[in-house]
This record gives sequence, structure tokens and C-alpha cells, in this order.
Amino acid sequence: MGVDIKIEGLTKSFGKQLIWGDVSLTVPAGEICVMLGPSGTGKSVLLKTLIGLLKPDRGSVVIEGVDICSCAEKDLYEIRKLFGVLFQDGAMFGSMNLYDNVAFPLREHTKKSEADIRKVVMEKMDLVGLIGAEDKLPGEISGGMRKRAGLARALVLDPEIVLFDEPDSGLDPVRTAFLNQLIVDLNAQIDATFLIVTHDINTARTVPDNIGLLYHKHLAMFGPREMLLSSEEPVVRQFLNAQRVGPIGMSEEKDADQLAAEKDMDLPPLPPIALQLDPSNGIPRRSQRPPGEWCRENGVTPPPGSFLQDSVLAGGAGA
Amino acid sequence: MSSVSAAKVLAPVGTAGKLFAFGLDVCRGIFRRPFQLREFIQQAWFIASVTIVPTALVAIPFGAVIALQVGGLITQFGAQSFTGSASVLAVVREAGPIATALLVAGAGGSAIAADLGARKIREELDAMMVLGIDPIQRLVVPRVLACMLVSVFLNGLVSVVGVAGGYVFNVILQHGTPGAYLASFTALAQMSDVWQGLIKALIFGLIAAIVASYKGMNAGGGPKGVGDAVNESVVITFMLLFIVNFVMTAIYFQLVPAKTG
Repeated sequence: MGVDIKIEGLTKSFGKQLIWGDVSLTVPAGEICVMLGPSGTGKSVLLKTLIGLLKPDRGSVVIEGVDICSCAEKDLYEIRKLFGVLFQDGAMFGSMNLYDNVAFPLREHTKKSEADIRKVVMEKMDLVGLIGAEDKLPGEISGGMRKRAGLARALVLDPEIVLFDEPDSGLDPVRTAFLNQLIVDLNAQIDATFLIVTHDINTARTVPDNIGLLYHKHLAMFGPREMLLSSEEPVVRQFLNAQRVGPIGMSEEKDADQLAAEKDMDLPPLPPIALQLDPSNGIPRRSQRPPGEWCRENGVTPPPGSFLQDSVLAGGAGA
Repeated sequence: MSSVSAAKVLAPVGTAGKLFAFGLDVCRGIFRRPFQLREFIQQAWFIASVTIVPTALVAIPFGAVIALQVGGLITQFGAQSFTGSASVLAVVREAGPIATALLVAGAGGSAIAADLGARKIREELDAMMVLGIDPIQRLVVPRVLACMLVSVFLNGLVSVVGVAGGYVFNVILQHGTPGAYLASFTALAQMSDVWQGLIKALIFGLIAAIVASYKGMNAGGGPKGVGDAVNESVVITFMLLFIVNFVMTAIYFQLVPAKTG
């Protein structure tokens, strides 16, 4: 049914360099969240901290009452069984073919017979569209296929939490659209908690229920999709609309001169908020909220043209 | 300022400590079930396949050089009948373990470091941990045990090939008599020499595999990091092995009195 992740006061630095400080948020159970941020703001580091691969300097990550940052190694390995993680390059085991890769967690953690394993593996391979490629080695297939195989392996133990590390990097727009649709359909099917780390704006605008933005060594904002998409906050606005005007510069931050030069520039109006991607069977997900609900409840007027059927970006909602 | 320099001075101690802690983790992992038998056999086969031929090829000239050196010297003393015993003593006590160590570290250890390093930078090790599997138990323990097993066998191989090489050079090139060479085998050498050679090989295999695994699993910074890890693991292993060999030899001489013909 999915479990929530409570992150409190998380701080991480490598040597003297602070990556991010005092990050606090709760990833709600069963919902899709996207964590955004300019390159090099430690999004992947955050993801690795959530699964206990990196130890933070301070703070806690609590999942089902266990603090990942301070629990014993043994508990950590137990709690990790709740997770499915899709790594950036798929992280397939190079010495095994795709079938054995996907079957690996089942063979290690369950007492299923080979016939049962085959059934589960083929089901997941079908889900990601890799039927027929079972005997290939990871070195023989394209990056997109490796990524999809990685997803199949992440899903094979029916995880409660699925983490995606840049699912769209290195994929063409069509495959990205299919992958986004797959993510939404999966969430509708298994109701797990999804956390996607990305800097693809299209994904961020149409897929999630919640959006977070990491910027300048802290969590700039975290909240419902419509809250961030209608936000006037300069950083959020600049990033979500891919503009050059705003506090984010080519190298992390703009200096005072640049900011002063931009002071009189008019920010382009906020683009309309697109509809959220629906599951392909058309039945809304359990955690999905009706379009515009948050804006109405909080008295925010969404940008003109929002929530119209034809304003859906090329996010894969071809139906 | 003082804290910075203190940190710099103590850094090697920290690294040594981490290596030692890793070694302890591996030792603990050996007793954890399930034991990865398949991986163990595959690795043993792999390490054997990359080391057997080079070891044999190194052992022949090793035996030959000892035969030439000792043979010339011993003739001047007028003790040709002891050539065989000197050759056996040198090969079994020192040449065997050392040649084994060099080959296990150079061929086996570098392969282990490269393999684990590549897995590390491709995030395979992370993926494994996330799937709830400890890479030390799953990958490192079988490699360490395989390395130890193969070292023991290689030590035997070097002893046999080295002594045979010495025989050929002594009999054919230095006109020694086969009978004298064979008969004097046990004049100076004793059974405990074979045992200490085996124990040395066992420990050298352990050190080579642990250093290689540690370096591989801590590789960082892309493909260059893997190259560096391999390079460092071979250099560190060589240094450690020669020091450990010295210490073990010294201990051995204290424990076992030399046989007087």
C-alpha cells in the first residue's frame, strides 16, 4: 500500500563542502513525488541517503518507524527489501543476462521455485516491453533498454517505495513519454510510494502529485504540484519554466551585478498548468487529486488556460 | 592549523585502519550463510586459469637461477653432493611462497580489483546493497577463499617445477650427478619447511585478495579510478607481502630449529 518517508533536518557534506543542509519533508505514502534541482545540487546524493548508501552528517530518515541513518546494518538490509531503485544507468549486473538480472532478487530473497520465478520475471519483462531480450547481456543493449530492465528488476519484489534516479536521462522524447506513462500506470497498479529525481521539466509538470525543488544547498520548496506550478517564487518559477531570468545562473548562483541588470526585466507570464497524466485505463489513481482542486482550496488563481484538455504538453497523454 | 597537519599525518593510519576493518568484515562474512559455492568455484577456476601458466614459467628460471648460484658457490666449498638440498631448501622455503605471492597479487589480485572496481563505478555494488545483499558476503568472501586455495596449490606447483628446473640445470649444465642431487634432498630440508611454505602461501593469498577487494570496492571517479585502484592494489600488496614474508620467516626460524645434516 506504500509507506511514507519522513525526512527531518537532513544535512550532508563531503569534506568541507556542504551538499545540502536541513532538508525536511515527508514523502506521502502512495503518491508520486518529483525532486527537481539544477545539475550538481545533490539530488542523487539525497536518493542514496534515503536508501542508506550514504550516511548524512545530521538528521533522520524514518521509514516504518526505523531511522535509516542510525539503525544497525542488519535492520538496514531488512528495510531495503521495501525499496525498488532504478539507477541512472540501470546498474545491471554485467556478468548476467537480463533474465538472471531480473530474477536475481527473487532467487536471493524468496524460496520460489524456478517456474514461479519465471512467471514473475516474464510478467515484469512484459510490463517494460523487454520480452524477447531475456538472453541478452547488459553490454549488448541500448541505454534505454538497460534502464527498462533496471526498472523490471526494481519492481520484481513488489516494493513499497520505488526510487527513480533520472529515469529520463539519455532517453529520446518518445521513450521518455512512454516511461512516464509507465510510471503513472505502475503507481495506479501497485500504490507504492514513488520518488523521482530528475531535471526534465516536462516530467515534473505532468507526472507527479508533489514536487520538491533543491536549490542552493537547501530544499527551496516542497508541496502539491499545483502549488509549485502556480508559484511566484523566483527560483521555483525560473526552474519550472526553464527561463534564464531568475536567481539561478550558469554556475549555481548569479552574482549581484547580473541580478541588478535583470531587475527591470519583465518575467514572462506563467504558462498554463497542464493536466496531470492519467493512467492509461482512464481511472484516476488513488492519490490523484482533481485538476485545480488545490488552487481552489487555497484561493490561488491558476494561470489562464490551465487544466484544459488541449493544454496537455507532449507528455504522452495521446489518448 | 595544527589540526590540519595532524589530520594529514594521521591519514595513513586511518587508511590502514579501514583496510584492517574491511579484513575483519570479510572474516565475519566467511561464517555467514548461505555460502556462495558457485561464485567460489568460478572464482577459483578463474584465478587458477590466469595464474597457472605464468607461475610455471616463472618457477623454471627461478629454480635455474638458484641452481646456478648455489651450484657455483657450493662447488668452491667442495660440497657438490649438497646441491640438491640447497636447491630444495631455497625453493620450498622462499621461492615458492614469494613467486606465488607475486603471481597471485599481479595476476589474480589485479583481476579482482579491476572486476570489483568496474562494478563499483557502474553502481552494481550499490544496486546489490539496495537489493538487500551484502557485497562482502556475496562477492568478496568467495574471492578471498578462492585466492587462498589457489595460492596453496600454486605454491605446490612452484616447488615442484622449481626443483625440477634446478635438477635440469644442475645435472645438464653443471654436470652434477642425478643421484647426488636427489639423495641430498632431505639433508637440510625438513617437513616443516613444506608446512611453513603452505601457510605462507595461504596468508599471502588472503592479503592479496583482501587488498585487491578493498581497493576495488573503494574505487571512485570513473574509469580512471578503476585503473588507479588496480595499480594501488598491486603495489600495496607487493609491499605488504614482502614485509609479512620477512616477519613470518623470522618467526619460523625462532620456532623451528634448523636441521643439521
